[in-house]
Amino acid sequence: MTDPADALAALVDGLAAGAIRVVDLTNTLSPDFPVIVLPAEFGQCAPFRMEPVSRYDGDGPAWYWNNISMNEHTGTHFDAPAHWITGRDLPEGTVDRVAPRDFVHPAVVIDISAESAADEDFVVTRALLEAWEARHGRIPPRHWVLLRTDWYKRVGTPEYLNLKADGAHSPGPDGDAMRFLVHARDCVGLGVETVGTDAGQASRFDEPLPAHTILHGNGRYGLQCLTNLDKLPVFGAVILASPLKIQGGSGSPLRVVALVAGRAG
Amino acid sequence: MRRQQPPRPVRDPLTRPVERQVPPAPRSRAMHAMSARAAQGRFVLQRCTECEAVTYPPRDICPVCWGELAWADQPRGATILAATMIRVTTDLYFHAHLPWRIGTVALDAGPVAIVHLHRDLAVGDRATMRLMLDKGGNAALFALPEQEGNPMADPQWREFVVPVQDRAVLVTDGDTALGKAVVRALVAAGAHSVLVGTSTPGVPMPAEGDPEQVRQVPLDLTDSQSVTHCIAQLGGPIDIVVNTARFVRPGGVSAGGRLLHQQRALDVGVLGLLRLAEAVAPVLAGRPAGAFVDLLSIHALVGDARFAGFSAAEAARHSLLQSFRHEMRATGVRVLSVFFGAIDDEDHQSVPFPHIAPDRLAQGVIEALASGREQQAVGDVARDLMARWLADPATTNRENNL
Repeated sequence: MTDPADALAALVDGLAAGAIRVVDLTNTLSPDFPVIVLPAEFGQCAPFRMEPVSRYDGDGPAWYWNNISMNEHTGTHFDAPAHWITGRDLPEGTVDRVAPRDFVHPAVVIDISAESAADEDFVVTRALLEAWEARHGRIPPRHWVLLRTDWYKRVGTPEYLNLKADGAHSPGPDGDAMRFLVHARDCVGLGVETVGTDAGQASRFDEPLPAHTILHGNGRYGLQCLTNLDKLPVFGAVILASPLKIQGGSGSPLRVVALVAGRAG
Repeated sequence: MRRQQPPRPVRDPLTRPVERQVPPAPRSRAMHAMSARAAQGRFVLQRCTECEAVTYPPRDICPVCWGELAWADQPRGATILAATMIRVTTDLYFHAHLPWRIGTVALDAGPVAIVHLHRDLAVGDRATMRLMLDKGGNAALFALPEQEGNPMADPQWREFVVPVQDRAVLVTDGDTALGKAVVRALVAAGAHSVLVGTSTPGVPMPAEGDPEQVRQVPLDLTDSQSVTHCIAQLGGPIDIVVNTARFVRPGGVSAGGRLLHQQRALDVGVLGLLRLAEAVAPVLAGRPAGAFVDLLSIHALVGDARFAGFSAAEAARHSLLQSFRHEMRATGVRVLSVFFGAIDDEDHQSVPFPHIAPDRLAQGVIEALASGREQQAVGDVARDLMARWLADPATTNRENNL
């Protein structure tokens, strides 16, 4: 094995030389960025809000700053295990307890953009994942599994949340696919471009909301509202995702970036 | 995809803008008492509690017997004794509106008064008296012909009311049952254009079936940036703003209240009003008959224990409106509070009838504008509660929250 100090130096050199690129996977946090909309009987997710405290004016002649408010699950965000009832008793379930080693993990990108374009309710099944592995190779352990749907290109339009009379419509996994990723492939978590790791209609699945249930029940994480997954290689990207250290927090908005080998094409 | 508003006549851009003046403001305490009643649309004069003589103008003591005076509703009839046209004045407001017609009338209530005179009235005519608020918010007697046609044709009358015809209006939260009813009523009243602010994500713009003069704009009163952007991008003058935004949820103080609901009720009703008022005040101030209409619950006056947090938000809103009215006095912009009880909508499913239909309430908004009333209770529930509250606030509060 390479000397760790050399490995770190090589990484820094690669970044400095542009041989390793940093790809931003984060949407801009703005008041009009859509948040998940739950059925009316449940409490709702607060959108991002920003009130200026001062902007080089009487309230602060030489400085500019804002008060901001939002839900823990607003914008590009991280879901900790305690977000779901299945993960509520896990010892490292809240964002302040997530082990720092989990902030950096490699990723594998599964492209279902064509399927999602054809069917906005496209469901990722175990069969699809196995067929994908037959083409690309086995999903390695301790990786983020990122679902590329190109959904981020809908940001700024009503088609992003894609709310219809019967709720949201967006792609996501079923229960078997999630068990496969968590138990057979030991994934770190699931990252998606949509507003939730589960499909828009996942509350109507025979096994409802399987991504949240299975990921968080097994101490795995979720990343939502990612962008630019189409700019990542299938294998080899390294994800940096460190949620805010909110005491007892269930998740957190965050800046997610990927380290990618090779110069920009 | 945005629909264009119907065109308005273009003025020479280099023309000096018209500065808006308001009539003289300082008034006696008795006159303020009269104005407060005029704001509710009442026709009142003072009557002596001892000799029963009716007196005008407002005084502190009976000019006949030095007895105590009390306000009392009076018959509205009058006969014109004399009429004249003012052509010269040193007052800036009236100077800008010359010539101005005034007259002397014998009120059926007793006193003889100098009043603003509708242009169709002549000496000897019978008239109907209205107690109006002038641009400065003070009570003024206005004589209208007994057979009322459309008084809006008289430019002098238009100074005392808020015309809707041919005006541009902004309605907040226009996608609710109430908001939609207000938009319909404004269109029916001949508004030139109605901008409909909607905060619901995913609502298509323009909405299907909207009449030509209606345009949807994104506007979320809980988001300062959204309010600023909306007003900045209007691209045209706004004469009237109608704020229908509210967040109604049941809940108590010590139990059954959900803090997030209360927080949102305050964010929409109170902070939302602040954000909106700050953004639109300069826009309205430049208009010849600008108005800000706020629709708020009658429980702003008397709390409702079933909707404790919401009532508190509406009470705060009522307080803000009084301050906002004061701030806008100097600009001539009228701030109208339209009070109402439970609406017949999903927010009030648990409230016993009677409910007020959104269309009836919207009609009340049009009536308040057409009569220039700063304070209007619409519907039986609101009118009853307002009357009881005006007569005896402490008892009314007990009756409603035993």
